[in-house]
Amino acid sequence: MKLFDYAKADSAETAVREGAGRDTKFIAGGTNLLDLMKLQIETPARLVDISRLPLNDIEEIDGGGVRIGALVPNSDLAAHPIIRDRYEVLSRALLAGASGQLRNKASTGGNLLQRTRCYYFYETAARCNKRVPGSGCDAKDGFNRILAVLGTSEACIATHPSDMAVAMRALDATIVTLGQDGEKRRIAIGDFYRLPGDTPDVENALRPGELITHIELPAPPAGKQTYRKVRDRASYAFALVSVAGIVAVKDGKIASARLAFGGLGPMPWRDEGVERVLVGQAPSDALFGEAADVLLREARGFGSNDFKIPLTRRTLVATLRELTA
Amino acid sequence: MQFTINGQPYQAEADIRTSLLDLLREHLSLTGSKKGCDHGQCGACTVLVNGRRINACLTLAVMHQDDDIVTIEGLGTPDKLHPLQAAFVKHDGFQCGYCTPGQICSAVGMLDEVQKGWPSHVSADLHDADFTDDEIRERMSGNICRCSAYPNIVDAIREVADTKAEASA
Repeated sequence: MKLFDYAKADSAETAVREGAGRDTKFIAGGTNLLDLMKLQIETPARLVDISRLPLNDIEEIDGGGVRIGALVPNSDLAAHPIIRDRYEVLSRALLAGASGQLRNKASTGGNLLQRTRCYYFYETAARCNKRVPGSGCDAKDGFNRILAVLGTSEACIATHPSDMAVAMRALDATIVTLGQDGEKRRIAIGDFYRLPGDTPDVENALRPGELITHIELPAPPAGKQTYRKVRDRASYAFALVSVAGIVAVKDGKIASARLAFGGLGPMPWRDEGVERVLVGQAPSDALFGEAADVLLREARGFGSNDFKIPLTRRTLVATLRELTA
Repeated sequence: MQFTINGQPYQAEADIRTSLLDLLREHLSLTGSKKGCDHGQCGACTVLVNGRRINACLTLAVMHQDDDIVTIEGLGTPDKLHPLQAAFVKHDGFQCGYCTPGQICSAVGMLDEVQKGWPSHVSADLHDADFTDDEIRERMSGNICRCSAYPNIVDAIREVADTKAEASA
Protein backbone atom coordinates (compact mmCIF):
# COMPACT_ATOMS: atom_id res chain seq x y z
CA MET A 1 0.00 0.00 0.00
CA LYS A 2 1.24 3.48 -0.87
CA LEU A 3 1.64 5.92 1.97
CA PHE A 4 -1.16 8.45 2.46
CA ASP A 5 -2.14 11.29 4.75
CA TYR A 6 -5.11 10.67 6.99
CA ALA A 7 -7.66 13.15 8.30
CA LYS A 8 -10.80 12.50 10.27
CA ALA A 9 -13.78 14.66 9.34
CA ASP A 10 -16.01 15.95 12.11
CA SER A 11 -18.76 17.28 9.85
CA ALA A 12 -19.96 16.79 6.30
CA GLU A 13 -18.86 20.33 5.51
CA THR A 14 -15.30 19.68 6.72
CA ALA A 15 -15.25 16.40 4.83
CA VAL A 16 -16.17 18.12 1.59
CA ARG A 17 -13.54 20.80 2.13
CA GLU A 18 -10.88 18.19 2.93
CA GLY A 19 -12.09 15.98 0.09
CA ALA A 20 -11.42 18.59 -2.57
CA GLY A 21 -7.66 18.03 -2.48
CA ARG A 22 -5.80 16.25 -5.25
CA ASP A 23 -5.80 12.43 -5.07
CA THR A 24 -8.09 12.50 -2.06
CA LYS A 25 -10.60 9.79 -1.27
CA PHE A 26 -13.28 9.48 1.37
CA ILE A 27 -13.16 6.33 3.47
CA ALA A 28 -16.25 4.97 5.25
CA GLY A 29 -16.47 1.17 5.56
CA GLY A 30 -13.30 0.80 3.50
CA THR A 31 -14.08 -2.78 2.47
CA ASN A 32 -13.56 -2.10 -1.24
CA LEU A 33 -11.17 0.86 -1.07
CA LEU A 34 -8.61 -0.83 1.24
CA ASP A 35 -8.78 -4.01 -0.82
CA LEU A 36 -7.85 -1.93 -3.89
CA MET A 37 -5.23 0.11 -2.02
CA LYS A 38 -3.44 -3.06 -0.91
CA LEU A 39 -3.11 -3.99 -4.58
CA GLN A 40 -2.11 -0.41 -5.49
CA ILE A 41 -5.04 -0.15 -7.87
CA GLU A 42 -6.19 2.81 -5.80
CA THR A 43 -3.32 5.01 -4.60
CA PRO A 44 -4.84 8.05 -2.89
CA ALA A 45 -2.43 10.60 -1.46
CA ARG A 46 -4.93 11.46 1.26
CA LEU A 47 -7.80 9.68 3.00
CA VAL A 48 -10.59 11.61 4.66
CA ASP A 49 -12.28 9.41 7.25
CA ILE A 50 -16.02 10.08 7.14
CA SER A 51 -16.98 6.99 9.15
CA ARG A 52 -18.03 8.89 12.26
CA LEU A 53 -20.20 11.53 10.58
CA PRO A 54 -23.83 11.53 11.74
CA LEU A 55 -25.21 10.03 8.52
CA ASN A 56 -26.52 6.87 10.12
CA ASP A 57 -30.28 7.34 10.21
CA ILE A 58 -33.11 5.80 8.26
CA GLU A 59 -36.15 8.04 8.43
CA GLU A 60 -39.52 8.40 6.76
CA ILE A 61 -39.99 11.44 4.55
CA ASP A 62 -42.97 13.30 3.11
CA GLY A 63 -44.75 11.43 0.36
CA GLY A 64 -44.30 8.01 1.97
CA GLY A 65 -40.66 7.51 1.09
CA VAL A 66 -37.55 6.96 3.16
CA ARG A 67 -34.22 8.75 3.54
CA ILE A 68 -31.18 6.58 4.20
CA GLY A 69 -27.97 8.06 5.61
CA ALA A 70 -24.97 7.29 3.41
CA LEU A 71 -23.15 5.65 6.34
CA VAL A 72 -25.89 3.17 7.27
CA PRO A 73 -24.17 -0.23 7.14
CA ASN A 74 -25.56 -2.70 4.61
CA SER A 75 -26.64 -5.09 7.42
CA ASP A 76 -28.63 -2.43 9.23
CA LEU A 77 -30.32 -1.32 6.03
CA ALA A 78 -31.31 -4.88 5.13
CA ALA A 79 -32.70 -5.51 8.63
CA HIS A 80 -34.48 -2.19 9.15
CA PRO A 81 -38.23 -2.71 9.75
CA ILE A 82 -39.28 -0.14 7.13
CA ILE A 83 -37.02 -1.65 4.48
CA ARG A 84 -38.12 -5.20 5.29
CA ASP A 85 -41.81 -4.20 5.30
CA ARG A 86 -42.03 -1.92 2.28
CA TYR A 87 -38.87 -2.41 0.20
CA GLU A 88 -38.40 -6.17 0.31
CA VAL A 89 -36.48 -6.07 -2.99
CA LEU A 90 -33.83 -3.91 -1.33
CA SER A 91 -33.52 -6.11 1.78
CA ARG A 92 -33.26 -9.16 -0.45
CA ALA A 93 -30.64 -7.58 -2.72
CA LEU A 94 -28.48 -6.53 0.23
CA LEU A 95 -28.72 -9.98 1.82
CA ALA A 96 -27.72 -11.59 -1.48
CA GLY A 97 -24.44 -9.67 -1.49
CA ALA A 98 -21.10 -10.20 0.26
CA SER A 99 -20.80 -11.85 3.71
CA GLY A 100 -22.12 -11.02 7.18
CA GLN A 101 -18.80 -9.43 8.16
CA LEU A 102 -18.65 -7.25 5.04
CA ARG A 103 -22.27 -6.16 5.30
CA ASN A 104 -21.60 -5.05 8.88
CA LYS A 105 -18.88 -2.69 7.66
CA ALA A 106 -19.83 -1.63 4.14
CA SER A 107 -21.81 1.62 3.91
CA THR A 108 -24.78 2.47 1.72
CA GLY A 109 -22.90 5.25 -0.09
CA GLY A 110 -19.82 3.10 -0.55
CA ASN A 111 -21.85 0.24 -1.94
CA LEU A 112 -23.04 2.53 -4.76
CA LEU A 113 -19.42 3.42 -5.54
CA GLN A 114 -17.96 -0.11 -5.60
CA ARG A 115 -15.48 -0.74 -8.39
CA THR A 116 -15.79 -3.61 -10.82
CA ARG A 117 -14.48 -7.09 -10.00
CA CYS A 118 -13.22 -7.60 -13.57
CA TYR A 119 -10.15 -9.85 -13.24
CA TYR A 120 -8.14 -7.57 -15.54
CA PHE A 121 -8.95 -4.48 -13.48
CA TYR A 122 -7.55 -6.33 -10.46
CA GLU A 123 -4.49 -7.75 -12.24
CA THR A 124 -2.02 -4.90 -12.48
CA ALA A 125 0.10 -6.79 -15.03
CA ALA A 126 -2.86 -6.76 -17.45
CA ARG A 127 -4.03 -3.91 -19.66
CA CYS A 128 -7.12 -2.14 -18.37
CA ASN A 129 -8.55 1.16 -19.59
CA LYS A 130 -10.46 1.62 -16.35
CA ARG A 131 -7.32 1.28 -14.20
CA VAL A 132 -4.85 2.91 -16.60
CA PRO A 133 -6.74 5.02 -19.18
CA GLY A 134 -5.55 4.36 -22.72
CA SER A 135 -3.67 1.15 -21.87
CA GLY A 136 -6.11 -1.22 -23.62
CA CYS A 137 -8.47 -3.99 -22.51
CA ASP A 138 -7.30 -7.57 -22.00
CA ALA A 139 -10.77 -8.67 -20.90
CA LYS A 140 -12.39 -8.64 -24.35
CA ASP A 141 -10.25 -11.53 -25.57
CA GLY A 142 -9.64 -13.00 -22.14
CA PHE A 143 -11.53 -14.85 -19.43
CA ASN A 144 -14.65 -12.75 -19.55
CA ARG A 145 -17.19 -15.17 -18.07
CA ILE A 146 -18.30 -12.66 -15.41
CA LEU A 147 -18.28 -9.57 -17.64
CA ALA A 148 -20.87 -7.44 -19.39
CA VAL A 149 -23.10 -8.13 -22.39
CA LEU A 150 -24.95 -4.79 -22.40
CA GLY A 151 -23.65 -1.22 -22.47
CA THR A 152 -20.08 -2.23 -23.28
CA SER A 153 -17.65 -0.22 -25.40
CA GLU A 154 -14.46 -1.00 -27.29
CA ALA A 155 -12.62 0.32 -24.24
CA CYS A 156 -14.34 -1.64 -21.48
CA ILE A 157 -16.65 -4.60 -20.80
CA ALA A 158 -16.64 -4.43 -16.98
CA THR A 159 -19.78 -4.94 -14.90
CA HIS A 160 -20.93 -2.97 -11.89
CA PRO A 161 -20.81 -5.42 -8.98
CA SER A 162 -23.48 -4.09 -6.60
CA ASP A 163 -26.69 -5.94 -5.79
CA MET A 164 -28.01 -3.08 -3.66
CA ALA A 165 -27.75 -0.57 -6.49
CA VAL A 166 -29.81 -2.83 -8.76
CA ALA A 167 -32.70 -2.80 -6.27
CA MET A 168 -32.31 0.95 -5.88
CA ARG A 169 -32.46 1.37 -9.66
CA ALA A 170 -35.77 -0.50 -9.72
CA LEU A 171 -36.99 1.67 -6.83
CA ASP A 172 -36.01 4.96 -8.55
CA ALA A 173 -33.68 6.07 -5.77
CA THR A 174 -32.28 9.60 -5.62
CA ILE A 175 -28.70 10.20 -4.53
CA VAL A 176 -28.29 13.33 -2.41
CA THR A 177 -24.85 14.92 -2.30
CA LEU A 178 -23.00 17.81 -0.76
CA GLY A 179 -20.60 19.66 -3.04
CA GLN A 180 -17.68 22.01 -2.68
CA ASP A 181 -19.56 25.27 -2.29
CA GLY A 182 -22.10 23.74 0.09
CA GLU A 183 -24.33 22.95 -2.86
CA LYS A 184 -26.73 20.05 -2.33
CA ARG A 185 -27.48 18.04 -5.45
CA ARG A 186 -30.17 15.45 -6.02
CA ILE A 187 -29.18 12.95 -8.69
CA ALA A 188 -31.64 10.32 -9.94
CA ILE A 189 -29.95 6.93 -9.86
CA GLY A 190 -30.73 6.63 -13.58
CA ASP A 191 -28.49 9.65 -14.18
CA PHE A 192 -25.82 8.72 -11.65
CA TYR A 193 -23.83 6.06 -13.47
CA ARG A 194 -21.92 6.58 -16.74
CA LEU A 195 -21.55 4.21 -19.66
CA PRO A 196 -17.86 3.45 -20.27
CA GLY A 197 -17.52 4.87 -23.81
CA ASP A 198 -13.92 6.02 -24.26
CA THR A 199 -13.53 6.91 -20.56
CA PRO A 200 -14.32 3.83 -18.46
CA ASP A 201 -12.36 5.37 -15.58
CA VAL A 202 -15.25 7.85 -15.18
CA GLU A 203 -18.00 5.81 -13.54
CA ASN A 204 -20.50 8.27 -12.12
CA ALA A 205 -21.69 11.87 -11.98
CA LEU A 206 -19.87 12.85 -8.77
CA ARG A 207 -17.57 15.86 -8.95
CA PRO A 208 -14.21 15.96 -7.17
CA GLY A 209 -14.77 16.14 -3.42
CA GLU A 210 -18.53 15.73 -3.71
CA LEU A 211 -19.91 13.62 -0.86
CA ILE A 212 -22.94 11.33 -0.94
CA THR A 213 -24.88 12.19 2.23
CA HIS A 214 -28.17 10.34 1.72
CA ILE A 215 -30.11 8.08 -0.59
CA GLU A 216 -33.83 8.69 -0.86
CA LEU A 217 -36.42 6.17 -1.95
CA PRO A 218 -39.84 7.31 -3.08
CA ALA A 219 -42.93 5.60 -1.66
CA PRO A 220 -42.80 1.89 -2.45
CA PRO A 221 -44.46 1.03 -5.77
CA ALA A 222 -47.49 -1.23 -5.84
CA GLY A 223 -47.01 -4.92 -6.47
CA LYS A 224 -44.89 -7.88 -5.49
CA GLN A 225 -41.15 -7.37 -5.07
CA THR A 226 -38.34 -9.84 -5.51
CA TYR A 227 -34.61 -10.07 -6.13
CA ARG A 228 -33.39 -13.11 -8.02
CA LYS A 229 -29.63 -13.64 -8.22
CA VAL A 230 -27.85 -16.30 -10.26
CA ARG A 231 -24.22 -16.93 -9.34
CA ASP A 232 -21.51 -19.57 -9.46
CA ARG A 233 -21.76 -20.29 -5.69
CA ALA A 234 -24.89 -20.35 -3.56
CA SER A 235 -23.55 -17.68 -1.21
CA TYR A 236 -20.91 -14.96 -1.09
CA ALA A 237 -20.40 -14.51 -4.83
CA PHE A 238 -21.08 -11.74 -7.33
CA ALA A 239 -24.01 -12.05 -9.70
CA LEU A 240 -23.71 -13.60 -13.13
CA VAL A 241 -27.21 -12.25 -13.70
CA SER A 242 -29.62 -10.72 -11.23
CA VAL A 243 -33.08 -9.20 -11.52
CA ALA A 244 -34.76 -6.76 -9.16
CA GLY A 245 -38.45 -6.87 -10.03
CA ILE A 246 -41.56 -5.08 -8.81
CA VAL A 247 -44.73 -6.06 -10.68
CA ALA A 248 -48.39 -5.34 -9.96
CA VAL A 249 -51.17 -7.39 -11.57
CA LYS A 250 -54.74 -6.09 -11.66
CA ASP A 251 -57.76 -7.75 -13.25
CA GLY A 252 -55.55 -10.32 -14.94
CA LYS A 253 -53.27 -7.72 -16.56
CA ILE A 254 -49.91 -6.31 -15.61
CA ALA A 255 -50.67 -2.86 -14.17
CA SER A 256 -47.08 -1.78 -13.58
CA ALA A 257 -43.61 -3.27 -13.85
CA ARG A 258 -40.16 -2.15 -12.82
CA LEU A 259 -37.18 -4.31 -13.66
CA ALA A 260 -33.49 -3.67 -13.08
CA PHE A 261 -30.62 -6.03 -13.81
CA GLY A 262 -27.24 -6.79 -12.28
CA GLY A 263 -24.27 -8.64 -13.75
CA LEU A 264 -25.12 -7.56 -17.28
CA GLY A 265 -23.73 -4.08 -17.71
CA PRO A 266 -21.41 -1.35 -16.47
CA MET A 267 -24.21 0.04 -14.29
CA PRO A 268 -27.34 -1.31 -12.66
CA TRP A 269 -29.27 -1.83 -15.88
CA ARG A 270 -32.81 -0.69 -16.56
CA ASP A 271 -34.57 -0.55 -19.89
CA GLU A 272 -38.01 0.98 -19.74
CA GLY A 273 -38.80 -0.52 -23.15
CA VAL A 274 -38.92 -3.90 -21.38
CA GLU A 275 -41.46 -2.58 -18.91
CA ARG A 276 -43.59 -1.06 -21.68
CA VAL A 277 -43.88 -4.45 -23.37
CA LEU A 278 -45.39 -5.88 -20.20
CA VAL A 279 -47.76 -3.18 -18.95
CA GLY A 280 -51.41 -3.63 -19.94
CA GLN A 281 -50.90 -7.25 -21.06
CA ALA A 282 -51.98 -10.54 -19.55
CA PRO A 283 -48.99 -12.41 -18.11
CA SER A 284 -47.76 -15.31 -20.23
CA ASP A 285 -44.46 -16.95 -21.12
CA ALA A 286 -44.83 -15.59 -24.67
CA LEU A 287 -45.13 -12.06 -23.31
CA PHE A 288 -42.16 -12.57 -20.99
CA GLY A 289 -40.17 -13.81 -23.98
CA GLU A 290 -41.02 -10.61 -25.87
CA ALA A 291 -39.79 -8.59 -22.88
CA ALA A 292 -36.53 -10.55 -22.94
CA ASP A 293 -36.20 -9.89 -26.71
CA VAL A 294 -36.36 -6.15 -26.03
CA LEU A 295 -33.92 -6.32 -23.13
CA LEU A 296 -31.40 -8.35 -25.12
CA ARG A 297 -31.80 -6.84 -28.60
CA GLU A 298 -28.35 -5.25 -28.43
CA ALA A 299 -26.69 -7.80 -26.16
CA ARG A 300 -23.23 -8.87 -27.27
CA GLY A 301 -21.14 -11.64 -25.77
CA PHE A 302 -17.35 -11.82 -25.80
CA GLY A 303 -16.85 -15.58 -25.85
CA SER A 304 -16.80 -16.90 -22.32
CA ASN A 305 -19.77 -14.77 -21.31
CA ASP A 306 -22.02 -15.62 -24.27
CA PHE A 307 -24.01 -17.87 -21.93
CA LYS A 308 -25.24 -14.82 -20.05
CA ILE A 309 -27.60 -13.92 -22.89
CA PRO A 310 -29.77 -17.07 -22.72
CA LEU A 311 -29.30 -17.17 -18.93
CA THR A 312 -30.71 -13.65 -18.66
CA ARG A 313 -33.70 -14.64 -20.76
CA ARG A 314 -34.48 -17.61 -18.51
CA THR A 315 -33.87 -15.62 -15.33
CA LEU A 316 -36.18 -12.82 -16.48
CA VAL A 317 -38.93 -15.27 -17.44
CA ALA A 318 -38.63 -17.08 -14.08
CA THR A 319 -38.73 -13.78 -12.18
CA LEU A 320 -41.80 -12.59 -14.06
CA ARG A 321 -43.57 -15.92 -13.49
CA GLU A 322 -42.91 -15.57 -9.76
CA LEU A 323 -44.10 -11.96 -9.65
CA THR A 324 -47.30 -12.55 -11.62
CA ALA A 325 -48.27 -15.91 -10.09
CA MET B 1 -2.62 5.24 18.88
CA GLN B 2 -4.76 4.00 21.74
CA PHE B 3 -7.13 1.06 21.76
CA THR B 4 -9.47 -0.90 23.99
CA ILE B 5 -9.14 -4.59 23.28
CA ASN B 6 -10.76 -7.34 25.32
CA GLY B 7 -11.51 -4.71 27.94
CA GLN B 8 -7.84 -3.72 28.31
CA PRO B 9 -6.21 -0.46 27.22
CA TYR B 10 -3.40 -0.77 24.66
CA GLN B 11 -1.02 1.77 23.13
CA ALA B 12 0.91 1.35 19.93
CA GLU B 13 2.99 3.36 17.51
CA ALA B 14 2.18 2.16 14.05
CA ASP B 15 2.31 3.27 10.42
CA ILE B 16 -0.95 4.92 9.33
CA ARG B 17 -1.42 2.08 6.81
CA THR B 18 -1.63 -0.57 9.54
CA SER B 19 -4.77 -2.69 9.29
CA LEU B 20 -6.58 -3.61 12.49
CA LEU B 21 -5.43 -7.19 11.90
CA ASP B 22 -1.74 -6.24 11.61
CA LEU B 23 -2.06 -4.03 14.69
CA LEU B 24 -3.37 -6.99 16.70
CA ARG B 25 -0.84 -9.51 15.43
CA GLU B 26 2.31 -7.52 14.74
CA HIS B 27 2.13 -4.72 17.30
CA LEU B 28 0.18 -6.12 20.24
CA SER B 29 1.09 -9.83 20.03
CA LEU B 30 -2.58 -10.81 19.93
CA THR B 31 -1.95 -13.51 17.35
CA GLY B 32 -5.24 -15.37 17.82
CA SER B 33 -6.77 -13.49 14.90
CA LYS B 34 -5.34 -15.05 11.75
CA LYS B 35 -4.30 -13.68 8.39
CA GLY B 36 -5.51 -15.82 5.49
CA CYS B 37 -6.25 -13.88 2.32
CA ASP B 38 -5.86 -10.33 3.73
CA HIS B 39 -8.69 -9.26 1.37
CA GLY B 40 -11.88 -10.01 3.28
CA GLN B 41 -12.56 -13.23 1.43
CA CYS B 42 -11.68 -15.92 3.98
CA GLY B 43 -12.89 -14.60 7.34
CA ALA B 44 -9.87 -15.90 9.34
CA CYS B 45 -9.35 -12.38 10.72
CA THR B 46 -12.91 -11.92 12.01
CA VAL B 47 -13.11 -9.90 15.24
CA LEU B 48 -15.94 -8.14 17.08
CA VAL B 49 -15.98 -4.34 16.99
CA ASN B 50 -18.66 -2.81 19.21
CA GLY B 51 -20.24 -6.26 19.24
CA ARG B 52 -20.37 -6.62 15.44
CA ARG B 53 -18.31 -9.10 13.47
CA ILE B 54 -16.04 -7.55 10.84
CA ASN B 55 -12.96 -8.48 8.81
CA ALA B 56 -10.01 -6.97 10.71
CA CYS B 57 -7.89 -7.10 7.53
CA LEU B 58 -10.15 -4.67 5.65
CA THR B 59 -10.09 -1.79 8.07
CA LEU B 60 -7.44 0.62 9.31
CA ALA B 61 -6.39 0.45 12.97
CA VAL B 62 -6.41 4.24 13.17
CA MET B 63 -10.16 4.23 12.51
CA HIS B 64 -10.91 2.12 15.61
CA GLN B 65 -9.31 4.00 18.47
CA ASP B 66 -12.66 4.77 20.09
CA ASP B 67 -14.11 1.29 19.67
CA ASP B 68 -14.60 -1.73 21.88
CA ILE B 69 -12.63 -4.50 20.15
CA VAL B 70 -12.95 -8.18 21.12
CA THR B 71 -10.71 -10.89 19.71
CA ILE B 72 -10.65 -14.65 20.27
CA GLU B 73 -8.32 -14.00 23.25
CA GLY B 74 -11.15 -12.05 24.89
CA LEU B 75 -13.83 -14.71 24.53
CA GLY B 76 -12.54 -17.46 26.79
CA THR B 77 -9.45 -18.88 28.46
CA PRO B 78 -8.05 -22.44 28.40
CA ASP B 79 -9.58 -22.98 31.85
CA LYS B 80 -12.88 -21.33 31.07
CA LEU B 81 -13.79 -21.79 27.44
CA HIS B 82 -16.49 -19.73 25.74
CA PRO B 83 -19.47 -22.02 24.97
CA LEU B 84 -18.63 -21.87 21.26
CA GLN B 85 -15.01 -22.78 21.93
CA ALA B 86 -16.17 -25.75 24.02
CA ALA B 87 -18.64 -26.78 21.31
CA PHE B 88 -15.96 -26.61 18.57
CA VAL B 89 -13.77 -28.92 20.67
CA LYS B 90 -16.64 -31.30 21.43
CA HIS B 91 -17.82 -31.51 17.80
CA ASP B 92 -14.32 -31.48 16.30
CA GLY B 93 -15.18 -28.32 14.36
CA PHE B 94 -11.70 -27.99 12.87
CA GLN B 95 -8.74 -29.89 11.52
CA CYS B 96 -5.75 -27.58 11.14
CA GLY B 97 -7.41 -24.91 13.31
CA TYR B 98 -6.22 -21.91 11.34
CA CYS B 99 -9.72 -20.61 10.50
CA THR B 100 -11.13 -21.47 13.94
CA PRO B 101 -10.63 -18.15 15.79
CA GLY B 102 -12.36 -16.38 12.91
CA GLN B 103 -15.11 -19.01 12.77
CA ILE B 104 -15.77 -18.62 16.49
CA CYS B 105 -15.73 -14.80 16.53
CA SER B 106 -17.97 -14.84 13.46
CA ALA B 107 -20.39 -17.29 15.12
CA VAL B 108 -20.58 -15.11 18.24
CA GLY B 109 -21.50 -12.10 16.10
CA MET B 110 -23.84 -14.16 13.94
CA LEU B 111 -25.82 -15.56 16.90
CA ASP B 112 -26.24 -12.02 18.16
CA GLU B 113 -27.60 -11.00 14.73
CA VAL B 114 -30.05 -13.92 14.91
CA GLN B 115 -31.14 -12.81 18.38
CA LYS B 116 -31.83 -9.34 16.98
CA GLY B 117 -34.09 -10.96 14.39
CA TRP B 118 -31.97 -10.07 11.36
CA PRO B 119 -33.01 -12.02 8.26
CA SER B 120 -30.65 -13.73 5.81
CA HIS B 121 -30.60 -14.54 2.10
CA VAL B 122 -32.20 -17.96 2.78
CA SER B 123 -34.97 -16.68 5.07
CA ALA B 124 -38.26 -17.36 3.25
CA ASP B 125 -39.92 -14.77 5.49
CA LEU B 126 -37.87 -11.63 6.19
CA HIS B 127 -39.70 -11.18 9.49
CA ASP B 128 -39.69 -14.62 10.99
CA ALA B 129 -36.90 -16.99 10.06
CA ASP B 130 -36.58 -20.51 11.45
CA PHE B 131 -32.99 -21.00 12.49
CA THR B 132 -32.28 -23.97 10.24
CA ASP B 133 -28.89 -25.45 9.35
CA ASP B 134 -29.25 -23.68 5.99
CA GLU B 135 -29.44 -20.41 7.92
CA ILE B 136 -26.19 -21.29 9.72
CA ARG B 137 -24.46 -22.16 6.45
CA GLU B 138 -25.63 -18.98 4.70
CA ARG B 139 -24.81 -16.70 7.62
CA MET B 140 -21.34 -18.26 8.05
CA SER B 141 -20.44 -18.11 4.34
CA GLY B 142 -17.85 -15.39 4.99
CA ASN B 143 -15.69 -17.94 6.85
CA ILE B 144 -13.83 -20.41 4.70
CA CYS B 145 -12.41 -23.69 6.08
CA ARG B 146 -9.86 -25.23 3.72
CA CYS B 147 -9.97 -28.48 5.70
CA SER B 148 -13.72 -28.46 5.06
CA ALA B 149 -14.78 -29.13 8.64
CA TYR B 150 -18.09 -27.50 7.79
CA PRO B 151 -20.48 -30.25 8.98
CA ASN B 152 -18.89 -30.22 12.44
CA ILE B 153 -18.76 -26.42 12.53
CA VAL B 154 -22.49 -26.36 11.84
CA ASP B 155 -23.06 -28.95 14.60
CA ALA B 156 -21.05 -26.90 17.10
CA ILE B 157 -22.92 -23.69 16.32
CA ARG B 158 -26.24 -25.55 16.32
CA GLU B 159 -25.62 -26.86 19.82
CA VAL B 160 -24.80 -23.43 21.23
CA ALA B 161 -27.75 -21.81 19.45
CA ASP B 162 -30.14 -24.47 20.76
CA THR B 163 -28.77 -24.12 24.32
CA LYS B 164 -29.23 -20.34 24.11
CA ALA B 165 -32.76 -20.77 22.78
CA GLU B 166 -33.65 -23.18 25.62
CA ALA B 167 -32.13 -20.85 28.22
CA SER B 168 -34.23 -17.95 27.00
CA ALA B 169 -37.41 -20.03 26.53
